[in-house]
Amino acid sequence: MSTYSLSDGLASGAPRLSRAPLLATWIRESGVGVLASIAWIALGLSCLWWQDVGDWTRTHSLGIAAFVIAAIALFGTVGADYLGSAGKALHTRAPWLLALGAFLTVWEIATAKFAWLPLPFFPPPQAIIEVYTDDLPKLLDSVFASVKLQLGGYLIGATVGFLTGVSIGWSRAVGYWVHPVLRFIGPLPATAWLPIAFFTFPSSWSASTFLIALATGFPVTVLTWSGVTSVSNAYYDVARTLGAKPSFLVLKVAIPAALPHVFVGLFMGLGSSFAVLVVAEMIGVKAGLGWYLQWAQGWAAYANMYAALIVMSLLCSGAITLLFAIRDRLLVWQKGTVKW
Amino acid sequence: MVATALAEAVAHSAAGAALDIEQVSHAFDIDGTELAVLSDVSISVEPGEFVALLGPSGCGKSTLLRLVAGLDKPKAGRLREDEERIRSPHPSRVVVFQDPTLFPWRSVWDNVALGLEAQGILKSQRHRVDAALDLVGLSSFRNAYPHQLSGGMAQRVALARALVNDPKILILDEPLGKLDSLTRITMQAELVALWQRKGFTTLLVTHDAEEALVLANRVIVFSDRPARVKADIRVDRPYPRHRGDPYLADLRRQILGLLGLDATW
Ligand SMILES: Nc1ncnc2c1ncn2[C@@H]1O[C@H](COP(=O)(O)OP(=O)(O)O)[C@@H](O)[C@H]1O
Ligand SMILES: [Mg+2]
Repeated sequence: MSTYSLSDGLASGAPRLSRAPLLATWIRESGVGVLASIAWIALGLSCLWWQDVGDWTRTHSLGIAAFVIAAIALFGTVGADYLGSAGKALHTRAPWLLALGAFLTVWEIATAKFAWLPLPFFPPPQAIIEVYTDDLPKLLDSVFASVKLQLGGYLIGATVGFLTGVSIGWSRAVGYWVHPVLRFIGPLPATAWLPIAFFTFPSSWSASTFLIALATGFPVTVLTWSGVTSVSNAYYDVARTLGAKPSFLVLKVAIPAALPHVFVGLFMGLGSSFAVLVVAEMIGVKAGLGWYLQWAQGWAAYANMYAALIVMSLLCSGAITLLFAIRDRLLVWQKGTVKW
Repeated sequence: MVATALAEAVAHSAAGAALDIEQVSHAFDIDGTELAVLSDVSISVEPGEFVALLGPSGCGKSTLLRLVAGLDKPKAGRLREDEERIRSPHPSRVVVFQDPTLFPWRSVWDNVALGLEAQGILKSQRHRVDAALDLVGLSSFRNAYPHQLSGGMAQRVALARALVNDPKILILDEPLGKLDSLTRITMQAELVALWQRKGFTTLLVTHDAEEALVLANRVIVFSDRPARVKADIRVDRPYPRHRGDPYLADLRRQILGLLGLDATW
């Protein structure tokens, strides 16, 4: 008759148990990184294994690049302990790396290799890379033109909107005259002015700048204004008893107190001005990413369109990131601001 | 460190000013109907006096303080500081409101510097800000933002923001009303010490009879709205005062009676 004692079980079980969790921990820690590496190897293989159904020049380079990324992912995961913060960064991004690798593999196979997706409309990854390598000067020119136009219009619109908002928030007389105009013109989508603007302005560039400024200015004005009017009277009372003059009340009380509102306006203005920018470039200005899109469509160059879209999205997102960084800098005194 | 701060504070001390409130009446328009708030109030305050104003809530005490500060103009009557008509706010009369109303976008130091900055003399007078912060014991929080302070600390910053201007009349509108009892007692002691050292005239609104008696030379009791002066009581006791002092207890009973609380004391 065998009796089972607790200590027996522990004695025999302990070594086995301690090895199994080690493996389990390792898989939990590094499994995703290894899978990510495998996904990119799959992409590399899928590039090099089959023949392309079309005529693309960057298939081979893409395959090599995929293997390089796979290698980095693998070594980065295995050697994470020796890589410090870079290893940690890779670790937190491993799930995305895996998803991206898998997505690109499926995309590669579905387009370049078996053409499951109709071809001119769904170009393979290497076609988009080809745009970035072979059409770079034109793309960069477009980026530069777009940034220049957007920046000029946005800065003008934001400045004018801010000053208008502060004026109507502060002065009853200014409010009396500007408020009705604002209500009449403001809600109109800036793009509705396009046909008129392109005829009345001396150049399509100045017309577009005006429209972008208009699209930016309206939300900035309204929110600055509401920010200024919502400043608590208690702040003004405190400042006045301490000897503040009207200029101090505007510059050092009303404006700083309204700043959180102003940034909401700046954010909204950024969104609506992007829309105007793209439309203005498609219709009137013969430069910029919007025009590039239009041009690519004319040639049925779908890869170029996707490439331009990706750049555009990076730029817009970058602009918002920048705006939020400035806001966080200026509004450190606020607790808990939204992270973009 | 503290000693120099005190010396600094004393060096800048301005003696208190006299305050004359002469037959002041005030009213607000609410939807076309007139709400009488002050009715023929006359109070004459000596330089350096500590006067506590007591009265039922909503009777018009804060309204009177706003008139003294010069934030509003009375419907009738006159207010004078050292014989000069009060027509607008002036940094010689500083108010500490019930809410600290610190500017949330300014650090503690910048909040205290507000008055000097508004008057355009901050550049040459920065040491006064440091001294005022020392005085309320918050030097180590100079770079903190208001949302990082406790209620008592915020109220102390508000006090420093007032004191840095060396007011001749310090106007306090229930400044300790929202504090816990321990912080409150500490701050009462600090207030008396400051007042004795600096000699400004003090006008304190409070809803607490005991607080009024521990702090003030003189307690003025108001009627229900519209506020009239119901009693003007001298408190001739040396400082520091004892809460258990039978003389003060007697006065307290008397004051609560005037406020209509005979049965509950
Ligand atoms: N700006 C104002 N407009 C209209 N009514 C006011 C205003 N300020 C105060 N009141 C009214 O005046 C009365 C006295 O208010 P207040 O002086 O704040 O009383 P308290 O003695 O409690 O400080 C209250 O009934 C209040 O509603
Ligand atoms: Mg009040």
